[in-house]
Amino acid sequence: MTMLALQNVSKSFGALKVTDAVSFEVPEGQALGIIGPNGAGKSTLFNLITGNLPADQGTVHFEGRDVTRVPAMQRCISGVGRSFQIPQPFTHLTVYENLLVAATHGRQHSESEVMRECAVILERTELIDRANQTSGSLSLLERKRLELARAMATHPKLLLLDEIAGGLTEGECQALVETIKAIHAEGVTIIWIEHVLHALTSVVDRLLVLDFGKVIGIGDPDAIMDSKEVKEIYLGIDV
Amino acid sequence: MSHATDHAVPYAVHTGTSASRIAGIAALILIVVLVALPAFASRSLIQDMFFILTMLVLAQFWNLLAGYGGLVSIGQQAFVGIGAYAMFGVVILAGLDPVPAILLGGVVAVLLAIPTAFFAFRLQGAYFAIGTWVIAEVVRLLTSQWKAVGGGTGTSLPRDATRDLWMTETIETVFGVRNAAARDILSYWLAVILAVATIGGIYWLLRTKRGLALAAVRDNIEAAKSVGVDAVRMKWTVFLVAAFGTGLTGALIYLQKARISPDAAFSVTDWTAFVLFIVVIGGIGTIEGPIIGVIVFFLLQSLLADYGTWYLMVLGVIGIIIMLFAPKGLWGLISSRTGIELFPVRRRLTGGALHTSQQET
Repeated sequence: MTMLALQNVSKSFGALKVTDAVSFEVPEGQALGIIGPNGAGKSTLFNLITGNLPADQGTVHFEGRDVTRVPAMQRCISGVGRSFQIPQPFTHLTVYENLLVAATHGRQHSESEVMRECAVILERTELIDRANQTSGSLSLLERKRLELARAMATHPKLLLLDEIAGGLTEGECQALVETIKAIHAEGVTIIWIEHVLHALTSVVDRLLVLDFGKVIGIGDPDAIMDSKEVKEIYLGIDV
Repeated sequence: MSHATDHAVPYAVHTGTSASRIAGIAALILIVVLVALPAFASRSLIQDMFFILTMLVLAQFWNLLAGYGGLVSIGQQAFVGIGAYAMFGVVILAGLDPVPAILLGGVVAVLLAIPTAFFAFRLQGAYFAIGTWVIAEVVRLLTSQWKAVGGGTGTSLPRDATRDLWMTETIETVFGVRNAAARDILSYWLAVILAVATIGGIYWLLRTKRGLALAAVRDNIEAAKSVGVDAVRMKWTVFLVAAFGTGLTGALIYLQKARISPDAAFSVTDWTAFVLFIVVIGGIGTIEGPIIGVIVFFLLQSLLADYGTWYLMVLGVIGIIIMLFAPKGLWGLISSRTGIELFPVRRRLTGGALHTSQQET
């Protein structure tokens, strides 16, 4: 089954076309990586998939249903979870409460139903010792982990990760990759924007390259990394 | 990652603190004292307490709007006025008893809040604040055209209605007081009920998952939407609930006053500026803040009542000083020094991996 399908999706900010007739599909259970230079429109593409931004043109289908006009809140409830590139914790709430908001609203369950599961997610993301601290007091690494943990608390079928490994040390990055692999192994479809290429390619099945809002390549990660356009545009190598 | 499940002590969540349990008992005693107060207090004390309680309710609702919902309205006087005028209207035109008419005041305030929200929610931040103020002014001007309730000069509650007020005859015989004093006692009791229900209701709301969502929306609205929080519905709920409570309070205040005019009932100074002062000096975004704020406000007002304009200036200066040096208000100062929370909403996770890690350290 196709989990996500974008058809000719475009978005402009004033005269600047940030997303230019983007079309692609992600089958259920796949992990798709998205790469591209800064300003290529990667995060905007995520906002169009989650509904945080409305598309100017084109359609977004989730599990075969047209969700182009469906608000972000509703898309989350139907199974689209996301992390933000710049962590956006609810700073006055504790780490546990951050997950609780996501689990009680994203899945429409009561607090007692999700309590244990939130605790287990905190264990998996190594945040359990921080459970009762306000999230405003967390370090960058912990905030990144909280982004992942909070997205997991909504029980996503499709998980969108936006540069979750950026700014982490090699060891921290490795631990994060293991967690993401484990989530993927449970059958969650993943779309992952990342500049840390070796982290990305160790997880994803397919790679998409975005430049100036256009898809300039999609396919097998090795083939994509070897292609002339990618080397020229993304890696800045003159071929 | 396989360690994730089995723990000797299961996970549990706690909200209460020892201070909150003591506060709960103290609150029960306080409620009993408040209810029994008319038996031994003077009429002027009952009137002062009525003023304190009604201002407290207005402050709690403004705090719910601005402190929890992020909706900084300076047009709440629209709901005080419309609630009061709705009560006067049905008493004068339909001959209804003023006490049940108070409820109608709340309902009419909600009816006004729906179109108000429809327009004002299109505005952000300062524009929202100004927008609500403009709407309140429009409602004041329209009301002063309503000739049946006295137009611009206002009117009084009919003597029959105030004399035969619900329950007042019983109060007169039990306490051995005149009709006017009995009306004060009745209004006071209604204010006690309203204040207890308001604080209890807001505290209950904050402890539900909707309260959690409200805090999330206030911290980061885009992230809140992305985890499934219906931010738009939260804003509507908070605005309509605050309008209902403010309308009820407005009707109750003018039942006790028994005389109304558009300029008084829609006064931005009395029903929004003072309320804002109470919330800001007490501590915005807390239930304790408005309680402390209203006491400070009342003391200042009693101390400075004879100094006219100086009173307002001192109030302004104190407001500015607190905003600069204690942005979280007096309660913020107290709770950051002592860690005391009388109305705790924090959910603390215990047990499981936290239990073992606490024992290790």
